[in-house]
Amino acid sequence: MTPAADRWTSNAWMGAVYIFLYLPIFTLILFSFNASPMVTNWGGFSLRWYEALTRDREIIDGFKLSLEIAFSTGCSSVVLGTLAALSLHRFKRFTGRTLFAGMVNSPLVMPEVIIGLSLLLTLVSVQRLFGFPERGFATIWLGHTLLGMAYATVVVLSRLQELSPSLEEAAQDLGALPLQVFFLVTLPLVSQALASAWLLTFTLSLDDVVISAFLNGPGSTTMPITIFSRARLGLSPSVNTVATLTVAVVSIGVLAASVWMSKAEKKRSQEVASAYRKVD
Amino acid sequence: MTNLARGGMTVYAKFMGPWGRSLVIGVPMVFLLLVFLLPFLVVFKISVSEMDTVYFKDLLSVKDELVVLAFKYGNYISLTQDALYFKAYLSSIKIAAITTSICLAIAYPFAYFLARSPAQRRPALLMLVMLPFWTSFLLRVYAWKILLADAGVLNNLVIALGVASEPIKMLNTPFSLVLGMVYTYVPFMILPLYANLVKMDLRLLEAALDLGATPWQGFWRITVPLSKSGIIAGSMLVFIPCVGEFVIPELLGGPETLMIGHVLWDEFFGNNDWPMAASVAVVMVGLIIIPLALFNKHQAESTSADLP
Repeated sequence: MTPAADRWTSNAWMGAVYIFLYLPIFTLILFSFNASPMVTNWGGFSLRWYEALTRDREIIDGFKLSLEIAFSTGCSSVVLGTLAALSLHRFKRFTGRTLFAGMVNSPLVMPEVIIGLSLLLTLVSVQRLFGFPERGFATIWLGHTLLGMAYATVVVLSRLQELSPSLEEAAQDLGALPLQVFFLVTLPLVSQALASAWLLTFTLSLDDVVISAFLNGPGSTTMPITIFSRARLGLSPSVNTVATLTVAVVSIGVLAASVWMSKAEKKRSQEVASAYRKVD
Repeated sequence: MTNLARGGMTVYAKFMGPWGRSLVIGVPMVFLLLVFLLPFLVVFKISVSEMDTVYFKDLLSVKDELVVLAFKYGNYISLTQDALYFKAYLSSIKIAAITTSICLAIAYPFAYFLARSPAQRRPALLMLVMLPFWTSFLLRVYAWKILLADAGVLNNLVIALGVASEPIKMLNTPFSLVLGMVYTYVPFMILPLYANLVKMDLRLLEAALDLGATPWQGFWRITVPLSKSGIIAGSMLVFIPCVGEFVIPELLGGPETLMIGHVLWDEFFGNNDWPMAASVAVVMVGLIIIPLALFNKHQAESTSADLP
């Protein structure tokens, strides 16, 4: 193939995949402004479904609960994921390391119905023995943290592997205590990864249906469960508006985060560069 | 690198002391043992228990001062005897395999072109692949319902263009199900393939071409074998969750695409037969255990790449 034909194939293939990835998102946004109650027929521009959404208690209450769970999940996943990533990166040999790595990685691919079912059956057994926990916020949080921790570990671990240990060694040579090294050197160096891990686990939790459906209790219906049950019954204009608002919030969030991260990255690389003294 | 890694390790081991070390490993370890491993053992235990009126019976009970072991493999026998389960397992594996192949066919060229595109454009292009991850997966799958319905966007377009006079039945068919699965999982295939292809040493390809290989030969005999680990990682990331997928078949699948995730859900929420649901889960784990082991092996290799 000539280079021009090469470039043409490459652009066409990539363009087609991007269209495939974004077509449903743009459809949702477009149809959320549809005046017609028939979801698939365009009946002119209208904000009626947004207006209806402000009165939809089920969605609003579910959203509040989902937001709380997602926030907690982001925090707990990042803490546990960072510890797990540190363990795997710093300690090459310890008892049960293979089991540990397997348990960290498996939730990434494990079908959610299995995670949900097994956790629920365990929680029910525990409840029979000790009388707690009741199913609700805490149990959903636990399930989401298991999933989130796996993702957080992958994100933090890949950052740790890029780091040069010389910075930490330098701090220790200069007399910093281990905890000081961790909080003053290691943590700032991986802060960007921690932020993206938090965002990723936050959105994972905000989106989860299956684990939540197994672990929720009376009065703890998250927004995805409500959306899922409506979408199962058929097409619903209210779902389109939720989708559009989600896309808007996520786009703003990701944009803000990437601006902040590229700033942090610049600052970091400047600091790293100035930390190395030229030796002639 | 070897010395540095070892240096970092000893420094840590020395300064963090045994306490710090056990804390760093211990906290996530205990969490995983309690929330991941223990539940599997519980599921296995319950899968061989009997369903009582409200609760499943305990496996061990004390009756007349004797410990009674109520080991029931009845659930597993009904799994083999009822054709429904067998069909569901088979179609789950088939649909997961088809989805994985299509994802690979779409993602490999994409990741290849992405890895060979100008370096300054790559982060933005990669970001565009990641971005849908951050928006709700549930809502994106739902969007395909609007696109594929009988009176949906694509059918309206097809009729307006005069390609067909009747709406084509697309929603709730194997086609819509596989489409939704490919759509959801294709980024999981792209990312490991890209990570692998972007690191490839292009001098190897040049050497092959210098030695007289055609570009096509170079691709099949150099590039593809070198990207093997990316192909395995991507395929496992798609195949394993697809086998047990529940949400996508529920929204886009039809009567002829019964999958095992749905069977499990039905046993649990519909029939309230918890031991049966647990047996279905145990067999599902059996189906994915080999791919899962492959995946874990690959992850372990990639995470300990800098081992001395």
